[in-house]
Amino acid sequence: MSHHVLYSGKTGETHPLTFRIRDDRQPVWLAEYEAQDGYAALRKALKEMDPAAVQATVKDSNLRGRGGAGFPTGVKWSLIPMGPDAGKKYLVCNADEMEPGTFKDRLLMENLPHQLVEAMILSAYAIQAYRGYIFLRGEYVVAAERLNKAIAEAKAAGYIGKNVLGTGWDFELYVHTGAGRYICGEETALINSLEGRRANPRAKPPFPQIAGAWGKPTIVNNVESLSNVPHIILRGAEWFKGLSQGKSPDGGTKLYGISGRTRRTGVWELPIGTSAREIFEEHGGGMQDGLSLKCWLPGGASTDFLLPEHLDLAMDFDTIMKAGSRMGTGLIMAVDNRQNMVSVVRNLEEFFARESCGWCTPCRDGLPWTVKVLRAIEKGEGKPGDIEFLQKMTRDLWIGKTFCAHAPGAMEPLQSAIKFFRDEFQQGIPSQIPATAVN
Amino acid sequence: MTTGNCGCAGGQNTCGGNKGKDNFVLSDAERHDIEHAMEHYEDPRAASIDALKTVQASRGWVSDGAIDAIAAVLGIPASDVDGVATFYNRIYRKPVGRHVISVCDSIGCFLTGYEDVKSELQKQLGIEYGRTTADGRFTLLPICCLGNCDKGPALMIDDDTHGPVAPADVAKLLEQYK
Ligand SMILES: Cc1cc2nc3c(=O)[nH]c(=O)nc-3n(C[C@H](O)[C@H](O)[C@H](O)COP(=O)(O)O)c2cc1C
Ligand code: SF4
Ligand code: FES
Repeated sequence: MSHHVLYSGKTGETHPLTFRIRDDRQPVWLAEYEAQDGYAALRKALKEMDPAAVQATVKDSNLRGRGGAGFPTGVKWSLIPMGPDAGKKYLVCNADEMEPGTFKDRLLMENLPHQLVEAMILSAYAIQAYRGYIFLRGEYVVAAERLNKAIAEAKAAGYIGKNVLGTGWDFELYVHTGAGRYICGEETALINSLEGRRANPRAKPPFPQIAGAWGKPTIVNNVESLSNVPHIILRGAEWFKGLSQGKSPDGGTKLYGISGRTRRTGVWELPIGTSAREIFEEHGGGMQDGLSLKCWLPGGASTDFLLPEHLDLAMDFDTIMKAGSRMGTGLIMAVDNRQNMVSVVRNLEEFFARESCGWCTPCRDGLPWTVKVLRAIEKGEGKPGDIEFLQKMTRDLWIGKTFCAHAPGAMEPLQSAIKFFRDEFQQGIPSQIPATAVN
Repeated sequence: MTTGNCGCAGGQNTCGGNKGKDNFVLSDAERHDIEHAMEHYEDPRAASIDALKTVQASRGWVSDGAIDAIAAVLGIPASDVDGVATFYNRIYRKPVGRHVISVCDSIGCFLTGYEDVKSELQKQLGIEYGRTTADGRFTLLPICCLGNCDKGPALMIDDDTHGPVAPADVAKLLEQYK
């Protein structure tokens, strides 16, 4: 089996997102970043391209959002009002990374803070935002320090502030740190949180592109999505599309990863569309001794389980969707054969129940009820009809029945666990209720 | 709350005129930090989370008096500040220990065995989740995924992330926090 060196020996040509990461994992500061083409994309864009040209290049690249939903970034940008009458606009980076199983944005921010800072400035130029915010989860203390230092360096170098690189365009960039709650990652809840409110989601429409932060047009993008932008501008849309090596119609590389009881765990930058098997076997090294793979979550707690037989699928948005799940964040969670699926799902639903923002009734009441039933089944005290009840939940908390995608996300692992492992749920439900228990 | 127009220096409390509930008065440094954060946003309200974190960083938790004082600086109702303070789980509205231990209980750490680590912590500290040790040294809380799943089971003590943590590591880990 080939053993991949994690970061050394990479080039910007093949591993744009991670080639600058140092082997000693010290952050790359301005001088070193600039020596490796850092801020070259920003200089190029501000000198040679108008905002429309930057937007068009990103659209042509087929970059799809890496925050989980896979929405084409260029299309999102094209929905924001442009021109002299568009008024104040905002660019917000979603760095809330709290989807259980996900640890990719942390890697980018801790190691390459300038890559995200350059990406923010360049993307803000494309949509003509006058301010940018990096909405960072509060627990990422190291990332916060490094991003703030990188912003100060960029400001001193004239990349941020009044009249950026002599273009007449003014831009300020701030790090906003959160104080917990998974729901802050939902983009409209994130905007409420940024405004200093409780992080309840907002109704859509209007979409943030029209009325977002402080009612002004706002683009929200994930850390990894944005980090691709300077590379697309520097090397072109065709190069970016080619990075997938024909494995996917989507463009670029993807930060894939694996956790659970595999031999190796971590994050690797690979062509988008790389098979789950390659990630699991070649990079993760398969399961630890004595264990085998029972099932896996393709990209976070809110994605449907898949089976070992699905490992040959390409990890891209459309392929995983066709198989009945979602690629989500692309960081695989490997579940080993010693796990009981009722316990696994109980743990997942406890997370979703605790993190419900409480705004809409199906989610606020339905998730704790789901947990209660799962706990009973786990203890072998389930009642006939409990599985059917859980299945009813997966319909009643589905898309369109709740105010945001939190509750439907919670139902994805539940519905697929019942689909593939119904017998394990059945085992927690005594077929005959003892006469004494009936009152 | 009334902000002092009695002419006394805010932090000195000679007259008590600007003291709020539980005798709370913002220090000059806290007020400066909050006012600095306000400059980052369109609207002062947006600095409410920053303000709560500022107070918590210096005092350990956020008292009723702190809520009133922050509301006065931001110019918004105290009930709005409290609404925010109680929404976010990393803002503490009750006193906590000198060190806060936050144990990740999400799926990645579940698969790698966080429950054994949690049990060991509870045994050594003699407390359940949500409690503080009698000597005021540690508070124990659950937290969701710390983005450290490749090194699970993971936990945070104050601002430090640790992982993978085995039950056998617990005693040594706690010793680092006096
Ligand atoms: C409950 C919930 C939590 C989310 N958490 C995150 C998150 O932590 N980071 C993120 O980038 N997107 C998260 N999203 C997705 C965002 O709403 C949004 O789609 C994304 O930030 C858009 O960026 P992209 O187009 O670059 O992917 C979450 C969505 C939901 C429903
Ligand atoms: S689905 Fe859940 S998280 Fe989303 S708005 Fe409703 S209660 Fe809040
Ligand atoms: S699940 Fe524990 S750190 Fe991610």
